[in-house]
Amino acid sequence: MDNAKSLIHVRDCWKSFPGKKPGEQVHVLERVNLNVDAGEFVCVVGPSGCGKSTLLNIIGGFFKESRGEVRVAGAPVNGPDPRRIFVFQENGVFPWLTVEENIGFGLMSRPAEERKERVTHYINMVGLSGFEKSYPRELSGGMRQRVEIARALAANAEVLYMDEPFGALDFLTRIKMRTDLIRIWQAEKKTLVFVTHDIEEAVQLADRVVVMSKRPATVAEEVVVNLPRPRDLDSPGYLAARDRIFAIMGMDVHGGGTGDPK
Amino acid sequence: MNRLISIFLPLSTAVIFLVVWHFLVRLSGSDLFPTPMEVVRGIRELIEKGLLLKYIVASLFRVSWGFMLAVLVGVPLGLILGWFRAAFQALNPMIQILRPISPIAWIPVAILWFGIDDTAPVFLIFLASVFPITVSSMAAVQNMQLVYLRAAQNFGVKGPQLFRRVILPAALPQIITGIRIALGIAWLVVVAAEMIAVNSGLGYLIIDARNAGKRYDLVVAGMVMIGLIGLVLDLLIRQLEKFDEVKWGYGQR
Ligand SMILES: Nc1ncnc2c1ncn2[C@@H]1O[C@H](COP(=O)(O)OP(=O)(O)O)[C@@H](O)[C@H]1O
Ligand SMILES: [Mg+2]
Repeated sequence: MDNAKSLIHVRDCWKSFPGKKPGEQVHVLERVNLNVDAGEFVCVVGPSGCGKSTLLNIIGGFFKESRGEVRVAGAPVNGPDPRRIFVFQENGVFPWLTVEENIGFGLMSRPAEERKERVTHYINMVGLSGFEKSYPRELSGGMRQRVEIARALAANAEVLYMDEPFGALDFLTRIKMRTDLIRIWQAEKKTLVFVTHDIEEAVQLADRVVVMSKRPATVAEEVVVNLPRPRDLDSPGYLAARDRIFAIMGMDVHGGGTGDPK
Repeated sequence: MNRLISIFLPLSTAVIFLVVWHFLVRLSGSDLFPTPMEVVRGIRELIEKGLLLKYIVASLFRVSWGFMLAVLVGVPLGLILGWFRAAFQALNPMIQILRPISPIAWIPVAILWFGIDDTAPVFLIFLASVFPITVSSMAAVQNMQLVYLRAAQNFGVKGPQLFRRVILPAALPQIITGIRIALGIAWLVVVAAEMIAVNSGLGYLIIDARNAGKRYDLVVAGMVMIGLIGLVLDLLIRQLEKFDEVKWGYGQR
């Protein structure tokens, strides 16, 4: 899948962090290759602690790769960029701003008129009308994630990097958020790179699922999920894709063991 | 019911305290230390002479100046120290050495530098309150959640904008806590400062009442006023914590 015209292009990317002892290095990523095309919805799955957040932070410009090549829209990544907004695992909505102030955060350089229009539009899109003047502490976890997504969309980001955005939500809210995210993605035609440790979530959402191995992590395999949306979670295609990923990650859903899928 | 208890409990503590105080003075047979009633009469005497209000205003005036200067210096200084590593490395050791020196120890120096007018106590109050404000502002920036910073950087916010739109609001709840502690300390110190350097204020009242005729009823009256005003100051400054922009920083209460 090495493809120079991809929007996001990660080639032989290595990353290590300084370890606890002086001179020691913790190897987190090892020769990771990844390409994402414009408009694609790609999920990255892998076991907890394997380096998914690390990879996303490198693509997002918050970490620097130790070795390798990371290019987005043709240019090497040198720090974060307003055209590509990160949605954080721990929720990055500003608690001192109201919902509408948060969503307008990336629009301060625009005329007030346009700002107001965009904020209203995206408040409606994420289903938060009526909560314009609320503060984040008055919202539920799911609503706070909606604010963060709307904030990225309002700023007209082309790419959203989402790091387990629904990880802290309860089951039903998570299901609802997935449906809404698909709807928003279809309406806005953004590129989405979505990290999760939840295999089911990945198969429900993505065009393509990138499966990472244990640490030091590399891309174990990619599974294309070529299924129509909304997805039928009982269809053979869905189950096949899901079981394939379980197998790659060394978990046999049917046998319960960790053995080789063959 | 809960409301009733929350009024009844502290009230009965106060009543018991006053009764015990009254009988202890009677039992000891002291004619210098006043009973609660004598203190009330002392306060009335001060009001009638027009001294009470005058002294309260004098003390509050000094606290306001010293404290306001401390906020104006301490908050920006703390933000800078918390954000710029080089500034922290250059100045923090000095601050940590100056900080434990009691403002009382500065009294002779203050008199030497500023004489005995209002400047000396204002300086002492400034000194006493500027350190807690600086240190809490600094810590607030250093402990700021990284995710807010990242989000702001992601939207291309930097420089003075980053300070105004993210660093300051993120640090504000903890800064306010520091300011509140500093005001308490400032009020403690004004009394000590007035005992030496000036001829008005509640601290002066206490020392003067003792020196001019062992009027311990007025001494205790001064103490009671200091306590009550301290309580009011704290209640007032706590209102800052109620603003929507900072409420998030104080947990669920
Ligand atoms: N800034 C850092 N310094 C040192 N080690 C780190 C740092 N960030 C992550 N790590 C380590 O890298 C590994 C992968 O972390 P992470 O990317 O957060 O995993 P995941 O998101 O897949 O759960 C973990 O073992 C973690 O301890
Ligand atoms: Mg993670």
